[in-house]
Amino acid sequence: MLCGTAPTLSGEREKMARHSNNDHDNKRLRTRFTGRLFAGLLGLLSGAANAAWELNLQEPVTATARRVYELHSLLLWVIAVIFVGVFAVVAYSLVFHRKSKGHKPATFHDNTAVELAWTIVPTLILIAIAFPATSALVDMRDTSQPDVTVKVTGYQWKWGYEYLTGDAAGIKYMSVLSTPRDQIENKAPKGEHYLLEVDHPLVVPVGKKVRILTTANDVIHNWSVPAFAVKTDAVPGFLRDTWFRAEKEGTYRGQCSELCGKDHGFMPVVVEVVSEEKYAAWVADQKQQMAAVAEDPNKAWTLEEQVALGEKIYTANCAACHQANGEGLPPAFPALNGSKIATGPQQAHLELVINGKPGTAMAAFGGQLSDTDIAAVVAYERNAWTNKLGEVIQPADVKALRGK
Amino acid sequence: MQATSHAGYAGNHDHDSHGHPTGWKRWVTTTNHKDIGTMYLWFSFVMFLVGGAMSLIIRAELFAPGLQYVSPEFYNQMLTLHALIMVFGAIMPAFVGFANWMIPMMIGASDMAFARLNNWSFWLLPPAAILLTASLFMPGGAAGTGWTLYPPLSVQMGMGMDMAIFAVHILGMSSIMGSINIVTTILNLRTPGMTLMKMPLFCWTWLVTGFLLIASMPILAGAVTMLLTDRHFGTSFFAAAGGGDPVLFQHIFWFFGHPEVYIIALPAFGVVSHVIPAFSRKPLFGYASMVYAIAAIGLISFFVWAHHMYVTGIPLTGQLYFMYATMLIAVPTGVKVFNWVTTMWRGSLTFETPMLFALGFLVLFTIGGLTGLVLAMTAVDIQLQDTYYVVAHFHYVMVAGALFSAYAGLYFWLPKWTGHMYNEKLGKLHFWLSMIFFNIAFFPQHFLGLAGMPRRIPDYAQQFADFNVISGIGAFGFGFSQLLVLVIVFQAVKGGAKASSRPWDGAHGLEWTVPSPAPYHTFEDPPVFNQAEAHG
Repeated sequence: MLCGTAPTLSGEREKMARHSNNDHDNKRLRTRFTGRLFAGLLGLLSGAANAAWELNLQEPVTATARRVYELHSLLLWVIAVIFVGVFAVVAYSLVFHRKSKGHKPATFHDNTAVELAWTIVPTLILIAIAFPATSALVDMRDTSQPDVTVKVTGYQWKWGYEYLTGDAAGIKYMSVLSTPRDQIENKAPKGEHYLLEVDHPLVVPVGKKVRILTTANDVIHNWSVPAFAVKTDAVPGFLRDTWFRAEKEGTYRGQCSELCGKDHGFMPVVVEVVSEEKYAAWVADQKQQMAAVAEDPNKAWTLEEQVALGEKIYTANCAACHQANGEGLPPAFPALNGSKIATGPQQAHLELVINGKPGTAMAAFGGQLSDTDIAAVVAYERNAWTNKLGEVIQPADVKALRGK
Repeated sequence: MQATSHAGYAGNHDHDSHGHPTGWKRWVTTTNHKDIGTMYLWFSFVMFLVGGAMSLIIRAELFAPGLQYVSPEFYNQMLTLHALIMVFGAIMPAFVGFANWMIPMMIGASDMAFARLNNWSFWLLPPAAILLTASLFMPGGAAGTGWTLYPPLSVQMGMGMDMAIFAVHILGMSSIMGSINIVTTILNLRTPGMTLMKMPLFCWTWLVTGFLLIASMPILAGAVTMLLTDRHFGTSFFAAAGGGDPVLFQHIFWFFGHPEVYIIALPAFGVVSHVIPAFSRKPLFGYASMVYAIAAIGLISFFVWAHHMYVTGIPLTGQLYFMYATMLIAVPTGVKVFNWVTTMWRGSLTFETPMLFALGFLVLFTIGGLTGLVLAMTAVDIQLQDTYYVVAHFHYVMVAGALFSAYAGLYFWLPKWTGHMYNEKLGKLHFWLSMIFFNIAFFPQHFLGLAGMPRRIPDYAQQFADFNVISGIGAFGFGFSQLLVLVIVFQAVKGGAKASSRPWDGAHGLEWTVPSPAPYHTFEDPPVFNQAEAHG
C-alpha cells in the first residue's frame, strides 16, 4: 500500500552510484543498520525515500514498461481502496461490537440483496480493469516489424548474443558476469554494479524496435530487463520472442529469472542503449575485430601463448563448475586436476569438451567456442595445476574432430 | 495431543473390552481417528520446524550481499526442500489432522469410514519425509530445482532427485487415500437429519478439497513419473532433442499445482468459518453462498493453471484466457471475505487467541488475495514473475492464510482434545509475535520484487541489501516465536484449568456436545441432530 506514495524514481545508474558504499563489511552493515532503518522509515513517511529503499517498479524506459507501470499503479489504487473499505468495516466492528462493551449479538445470517451486490460489483470492477490489462498485453506481444533482431541463447551460466539482421548480422559473442570472485566471497570490497555487470553487454540503438529471440542450450533460463518490462523464458529446443524500443540511452540491467542451477544468481543481463551513430561505430568496430581475430588456422602456437589464452577461456567458461583450482565440486562437477580425462588421451578430452556429456551439466562447447579457443582451453587444462603434460594442441586437430 | 488414556472409558464401550495395544504399538496399529489425527498434527509440527529451520538458513545467507554461509548449490537444495516439506509435510498433513479429529465428531460419526486405510495413510508419511530429508546426504545432495522440479534442470540432478520423486509418489498415495476416506466419511456417515446444507462448513471445505486431491494428485504423480523415465529410461517427454517439450512438464505440474493452492486454502477457510462465528456469538453470514463459493473456487482452480506460466511463451490468446479466468476467482474469494466481515458485524466480539489468529488470517489473507489480483494481470505479472513480489504474495496466502488458520483451529479445539484450557496469555503472545514478525519478514519483499530482485538467488545486488536485512530479522523472530506453540501445547496436555464440554460460549456443533477431553470413542450411536447445533 505504501507504494502509492512512492517518490519519483531515479535512473538505474544514479541509483547504483548513490549506493556504491561497500557493504562487504557485515559488521559495519549491521551497526549502520539501525540508523538506516530509521532513516528509511522516515523516508517512507515523508515520501522521500532514498535509492536504497526502492518501493516501486524501476523507472520505465519503453512505452510498454510505462503502460505496465501505470497499470500496476491503477491496480494498487484499486486494491488499496478495497482493502481500506473492507477493513474500515472490520475496525468498526472490532471497536463497537465488543462483548466487553455489552454489545448484544444480532441474529441475522442472510441477505440475498447484499450478497448479490457484493458478487456483481466486484465483477464489474474486474471487467473495467480487464480493458487496460488486455490492451497492454496485446501491445507487449506484438513483435512484428523489428529494426534489429538478436538471438539470445541461455547457457549455464552466461548469455550468448547473435545479431541476425541489418549491418550487425553475424556479430556473435558471449556475455559473462564480470564481477570478480573475490567480491562474491567477501574478500574484496563490492563494486558499484556488483553482480549486475558483464564483460560484453548487448548493444542496441536507441529508439529502434529490437526483437529478441530466446532459446537455451541446456536448461530453461529467462532473459529479463525490468526497465523494458521484458521477461521471456529461454527454452532449450524452442524459440520464443519479445521486443522493446528503448527511449533513452543508458545501461540497463536485469538478471536471469528462471532457476537454472548453481549459478542462476550469477548470470546478469546488461543492455547498453546507444545513439545510432555510436551503434554504427560499434558495429563497424566489432566487424573489424572479428576480421582481425579471424584465425590463421596455420598459426603454430607455443605452449605459453596457448596456456595464457586457455586460462582466460577457462575462467570465463569452466571455472564456475570445475573451479579455478581445478578441484571441481564433486560429485556433480568433477575435479580436472589429476583427472583421468585431463591426463589421459588428448582426443577423448577434446571430444568431451566439443560434444559435452548428455544428462549432466557438462555442456557441448563445440558450438560456443572456436577451434582456437577449444584447443587453448584443453591445452590449459592439461598443463595447469599438477597436470604438467607439456602438450600443445593445434586448432587444426580440433577442426578435424568436429562433427565426428 | 490426546493425552488421556482410553482406559478410563473402557467401561462405557463394549468393544474396548477386547483390549488395545498400549505404548508405541498403540500408535503404530491404531485405527482410531483421534489417535491418527494427533499423529498427523505432531508430524506436521515436526516437519514445520524442519522446513522452518531451512528457511532460516536461506534468510541467514541473504542477510548481506556476498556468499557467507552456504554454497549456491546447497542454497538451491534448501529452498527446494523448504517448499516441499512445508507444502507436503507441514500444511497438508496439519489439515488432514484436523479433518481426522474433527470431521467424525462434527458429523456425529463414530470414526472415519475406512479406519485401517486411515492408519496406512498416516504411516506412509514418515518414510516419505525420511526420503526427502535423507536426499540431502546423497552424492550431489538433494534436488536443487525449486519445488516445481522443472526439467531439463531436474534431469541434471543427482539421485537426490529420484528420492524426491519417490517421496512425492508416496505422499500422493497418502493424500489420495486420505481424501477418499474423508469424502466417503462426509457423504455416508452423517448423523440422521444432518443434510449436506446443514453440515458444518469445515466439512464442506474438506469435501471439495478431497475431490481436488483425488483429481490432482495423480496428475502430479504422472508428471514426476515421466520425469523419472526421462532421467533413467531414455524417454524424451520433456527433452526437445527427442521430440518432447520442457514446457509440457510445466503444464502438467501446474494443472496439479494450482488446485494444490486451494487444497491448502480451502480447509483454512473452513476453520476460520467456525472460529469467527463462535467469537462473534452470531451465526455465520451467508452459509449457502459460502458453500457455493467453495465449490466455485474448487472448480475454477482447475482452469487457471497457466497463470504460473505467463513468461513461458504461451500464445497471446492463452494469456488472455488465463488472465480472465484468474480474475474470475477473485469473485467467490471476495464473497467469502465479505461474509466473514458481515458475520462479525453487530456481533458480540471477544478476542481469545483463536479469534486473534482468525482475524490475523483475515487481514493477511486479504492482502495476499489482493496482490494475487495484481499478479493475475498478465502484463504486470510478466514484470513481477520470478521476483520477490511473488514470494511475498504466496507467503501471505500460505503462511498467513493456511498457518494462521491452523493456529486458530489449534487453540479453538485444544481444550476439546486435551480437556484443559491452554495458557491464554502465552497464546496471545504467540499471536502478536507471529503477526508482527511475519509482516516484518514478508511485507518488504513486495518492494524487493517491484525493484526487480529475482527469487531463488543466493546473492544479490547491493540495492536490495536493506530490505533483505529487515526481512531476515522478521524471519528469525517469526521462526523462534513458533517454539512457543510447543510450550503452550505441552502445558495444556499436562494440566491447566479444566475445560467444560463447551469452553467457548458462542461455539456450535456436535463436537461441543461430548465431554472434554473427548472420549476415545464418541458417537457410537448416531446423536440426535437439532437446529441448535446446525450451521446452515
